[in-house]
Amino acid sequence: MKEKYLINARIIDPKNQIDEIGGLIIDSKGLIKAIGKKVSNGNIPSEADKIDVKKQVLMPGIVDMRVFVGEPGFEYKENFRTLSNAALSGGVTSVVSMPNTSPVIDNVSMVDFLKRRGRDKSRINIFPAASLTKNTEGKQMTEFGLLKRKGIIAFTDGIKTVQDPQVMSRIMNFASQSKSLIMQHAEDNILSKDGLINEGEISTRLGLKGIPFLAEKIIVERDLSFLEEYFCRYHISQISSEKTLDVIKKAKEEGKIFTTGVSINNLTLNENDIGNFKTFLKLSPPLRTEKDRQSLVQGIKDGYIDVIVSDHKPEDEESKRLTFAQATTGASGVETLLSLVLELFHNKSVKLNKLIASITSNPAKILDVDKGNLKKGNDADFCIVDINKPWVVDKSKLKSKSKNTPIEDRKLQGQVLKTFIKGEVAYERI
Amino acid sequence: MAIIKKFKAVKKEQNHLLGIQSLSFSEISNILNQAKTFITLNKSASKKLDILRGKTQINLFFEPSTRTQSSFELAGKRLGADVMSMNIVNSAIKKGETLIDTAMTLNAMHPDIIVIRHQDSGAPNLLSQKVNCSVINAGDGRREHPTQALLDALTIINRKGKIEGLKIAICGDILHSRVARSNIYLMNMLGAEVNVVAPKTLLPHSIERLGVKAFTNMKKGLDKCDIVMMLRLQNERMHGSFLPSAREYYEYFGLTPDKLKCAKKDALIMHPGPMNRGVEIDTNLADDINRSVIREQVELGVAVRMACLKIFCKKV
Repeated sequence: MKEKYLINARIIDPKNQIDEIGGLIIDSKGLIKAIGKKVSNGNIPSEADKIDVKKQVLMPGIVDMRVFVGEPGFEYKENFRTLSNAALSGGVTSVVSMPNTSPVIDNVSMVDFLKRRGRDKSRINIFPAASLTKNTEGKQMTEFGLLKRKGIIAFTDGIKTVQDPQVMSRIMNFASQSKSLIMQHAEDNILSKDGLINEGEISTRLGLKGIPFLAEKIIVERDLSFLEEYFCRYHISQISSEKTLDVIKKAKEEGKIFTTGVSINNLTLNENDIGNFKTFLKLSPPLRTEKDRQSLVQGIKDGYIDVIVSDHKPEDEESKRLTFAQATTGASGVETLLSLVLELFHNKSVKLNKLIASITSNPAKILDVDKGNLKKGNDADFCIVDINKPWVVDKSKLKSKSKNTPIEDRKLQGQVLKTFIKGEVAYERI
Repeated sequence: MAIIKKFKAVKKEQNHLLGIQSLSFSEISNILNQAKTFITLNKSASKKLDILRGKTQINLFFEPSTRTQSSFELAGKRLGADVMSMNIVNSAIKKGETLIDTAMTLNAMHPDIIVIRHQDSGAPNLLSQKVNCSVINAGDGRREHPTQALLDALTIINRKGKIEGLKIAICGDILHSRVARSNIYLMNMLGAEVNVVAPKTLLPHSIERLGVKAFTNMKKGLDKCDIVMMLRLQNERMHGSFLPSAREYYEYFGLTPDKLKCAKKDALIMHPGPMNRGVEIDTNLADDINRSVIREQVELGVAVRMACLKIFCKKV
């Protein structure tokens, strides 16, 4: 591979505190050889490839901590190849895949299978998460140590929550010794039983059973109490309400150490968007009020929420073309994550640097992987973004196998032009 | 997939009755005025008209129903339509067919009207997007039951001459009640003042935002009311620990002569049926011909449904 010189770029790398016009050199192995303003037009060897970025943003590849793949078991919804294409077109170069497959990723042999499939079929970095409990049943914990040795970097029951407090406390206690990362989807199943959308005026009007914010808050409060006794690497996958954020603020002020994520859906949509029973907006956690949305945005701004995820959950048309009660939960989102994140920049809610950190360096830090930054010697995984380019979401143009985007026809600003994986162009917008 | 895409192309030229919320004031007056003309017809010796002759009406009831289903069936027949009531228990739906597939199958038979009752809120809306005939909502989940509210309005107008300025109390299981929601929208739109009375566990979240006053004390809620609308308490609610017992419920929320004294002297008692005597209503009050209009509601139900069938059968 020839060396590549990318010049005249606005380089944004939150981890290394870079936001400057400069260049990036990729060496013959696909690693970053040099970066910054010292890389300029003057010093390019004649045999190297030269790419003029024309002042567009060059940022680390996105690390998406919450993505569902259909393999194994639901290949008709999404496979590694389609996920990879979708992710690349959205500037995402690393994903943590959720274990809610069929069968569930809960043992060492499944991990081998996934890694092989991921390597053969996709170009992005796949970090499979294993389940916290066998078959995500919430009863018997999985083999954290053995799985970790196989390369599993995070444990979660994905769409499920460990309900039994005893099991959860033991998981946290056990995980503290193997230093495993525990990621919890916070939802009390009894409080949210049969619930479909946020409990409030909209649920009353639509006649749909509500999911109270308490269902989320109570699990976060419980787990944070455990954390005092059993300190482990604990991450709340995504929160949806202001009241939960208040609990998190208080715990952080008390000095507790843990991290929190939020789905881009909860930052850019609210319960009113459900309109006339739009099943594509049936999500978990549910979309809540505008007040909740605003406080979550503030949570990103204030640093109480560390990570923004796409919560990419591809679902085929047939599982959505049902009554609201029968339709499946979840929305596709990996390809629109960055554009929606940029919406928060364009409407002046949050600073660009902070937003980019929440999808690159912050998740990488939590996962303890050397991704999401542009340090010399790292894999050259990055993307070039025209942060101002206007476009309209058209689901027929999405690369994901499933087209269940919750933001069809939304006008967005900012689009990925090119995505590089290990120094090679893996995606280019035509 | 291909079939679904084809159906997306269906032009939305149909007139549907999906809920009170989607009706305008003039549409409501039109229905009520039309229904008035059918009241006399229904009492006459020859009850049959040919307004809907040659039209096909399918009743698609996913939930058991006696009065609503028979009322719609009778209404259709009196207007001269061919009425078919689907028996869901023996149908393909029990074999796992989705609502959309059922809709497409029925649509292929070219009906003019589908009357649907479904346990899921929003099911008629979904159906209406997929068929090219009129869809009439006969009750969906806890969302709406528009024809019940319309017949309640007609009953009140018949007795009180108007709705504007009246004070109406809706009492009982508001949380699970589509009748309550449709009535709240309709009575508000027609200018009444609406109170809802229920124990806190059976009051929906933010119910005040629908334009009502909420009471947990029945006597206060009934104060100076012209209309007392009782709702059925479904027995399964007892097991979900919404309430301690039927006895306690009757003590605090059952309609008794003592509590009724708080309402106006000429207040009318209404109930959408079926009643649980001794749970939500005193049995003598339910049968009091001076106060209770429960049987009249059923009678006018046919007239209101005839009006709805006639009006909504037409293409816009």
